[in-house]
Amino acid sequence: MHLLLVISVQSITSYLATCAFGIIFNIPFKPLLHGGLIGMIAWIIYFFLFQSTGNDFTATFAASFIIAIMSQIFARVCKNPVILYSVAGIIPLVPGGLTYSVMSGAVGNNYEVAIYFAEKVFVLSGSIAMGLIFSEVLFQIYEKIQFFRHKRRSGVILAHKGKFFSK
Amino acid sequence: MNGFLEKFQKKDGTEGFVHEVAAVCVLAGKILLQNGAETFRVEDTMNRIANSYAVHDAQSFVTPTGIIFSIENHDVTQLIRISERGTNLRKVTQVNTLSRKVAQGEVNLTELQRLLVHIDRSTTAYPDWLQILAAAIASSCFLLMFLGKWQDLLPAFIAGGAGQGGMIYFHKLVKVKFFSEFMSSIVIGLIALASVKIGIGFEINKIIIGAVMPLVPGVPITNAIRDIMAGDLVSGLSKSAEAMLTAFAVGIGVTAALVLD
Repeated sequence: MHLLLVISVQSITSYLATCAFGIIFNIPFKPLLHGGLIGMIAWIIYFFLFQSTGNDFTATFAASFIIAIMSQIFARVCKNPVILYSVAGIIPLVPGGLTYSVMSGAVGNNYEVAIYFAEKVFVLSGSIAMGLIFSEVLFQIYEKIQFFRHKRRSGVILAHKGKFFSK
Repeated sequence: MNGFLEKFQKKDGTEGFVHEVAAVCVLAGKILLQNGAETFRVEDTMNRIANSYAVHDAQSFVTPTGIIFSIENHDVTQLIRISERGTNLRKVTQVNTLSRKVAQGEVNLTELQRLLVHIDRSTTAYPDWLQILAAAIASSCFLLMFLGKWQDLLPAFIAGGAGQGGMIYFHKLVKVKFFSEFMSSIVIGLIALASVKIGIGFEINKIIIGAVMPLVPGVPITNAIRDIMAGDLVSGLSKSAEAMLTAFAVGIGVTAALVLD
C-alpha cells in the first residue's frame, strides 16, 4: 500500500513538473502532454533504479536512454523536432539542485562540498548527454539499414524493367 | 586572367538568386539559434534549405553568439550576430515545419522569406500569469520528488512563483540576465527564510532547492556537454560558461538572503 502511494505521488508530481517546465520553455500544447509522459516514465525508471542500486550514474544513463528513444519515436510520428520531447523528458533528471548546491557551497566557503557536488554535476550531465547521443546513434544505424534495404529492393525492381544500368 | 574568375562570370545571372537563398538561410538559422535549438540542428537546417533550392556546397558555422554562412564558388558570405538568447521551442517547431515543407518543394523563396519574418516577429507565448503558475507548480512538485515534507508544499509554491515572477519583471526592467537571476534568487531566499521563521515551513534547504529549480541551468549544462560530445567544441564551451555564470548568480543570491538569518 505504501509502495503504491509512493509510485502514484512520484508519477503525478513528475508529470506535472515536466508539463510546467514545458510551459516555461513555450512548448506547444500537444507535444507538452507527450513530453510530460516521457518525463514521468523516465523519472519512475530513475527513481526505482536509484533506490534499488544506489548508483545514480547508471540510473540517469538508463533513464536518458529511454527518453531519447521515446522522443525519437514521438518526433517521427508527430513530425516535430526531437528537442521538444528530449528537453521536456530530461527536466526531472537534470542536476539543477546539485548545481545550486555547488554554488552555495562555494559562496559559503565550503570548498570541499562544492568540489564534491561539482564533480557529481559533471558526471550526471555527461551521463544524460551520453544516453541521448547513444540512442541517436542507434537510430542512425537503423535508418542506414533501412536505406540499404530499400535501395537494394528498388534496384532489383529497376533491373527487372531493364533500367538498372541506364544511368 | 588564369581562368579562375570565369567561373563567377558564367554564373552571373544566378548571383542574385544565390544571395537571396543565403539571406533566407541565415534568417532561419537566427530564429532557431535565438530560441534554443541545438547547434548541429541549426547548421543542418540551413544546409538543407540551401540544398532544396539547388544551392549546394553551403557551409555554415554556428556559435551561440553568431552565425557565419557562406556558399562556395560564389562570393556570398553572411555573418549575423546573436546578442540575446532564450528558450521558445514554439518558434523552433514552426521553423522546423516550414523547412519540412521547403524540402518537399511546397514553398517558394519569396513566400519562405515572408513566413520566416512573420515567425521572427510573432510574440505568441504562454501568458505571464500562466508561466508564474507553472513555475510555482513545478517548484512544489520538485519538493515532493526530492522526498520533501508535505507541509513545505505551500512555501515552495509561493517561493517558486515569486521567483519566476521576479525573473520576468526584472528582465523587463534591465536586459541583463545575470542581474534578474540574482534578484529573483534573493526573493526566493527571503520567502523561504520568512516561511521558516513564521512556522509554515520546516526544511529550508528542500524549499530553496525546489523553488530555484526553474532558475538553475540544469538543461543548459546538459545541452553544453551534448554539444561538446557532438563535436561543436566552441559552442559547448561557451554555453557551459554561460550556465556557470547563471548558477553563480543563483548561489550568491540565495546566500545573500540567508545571511539575514
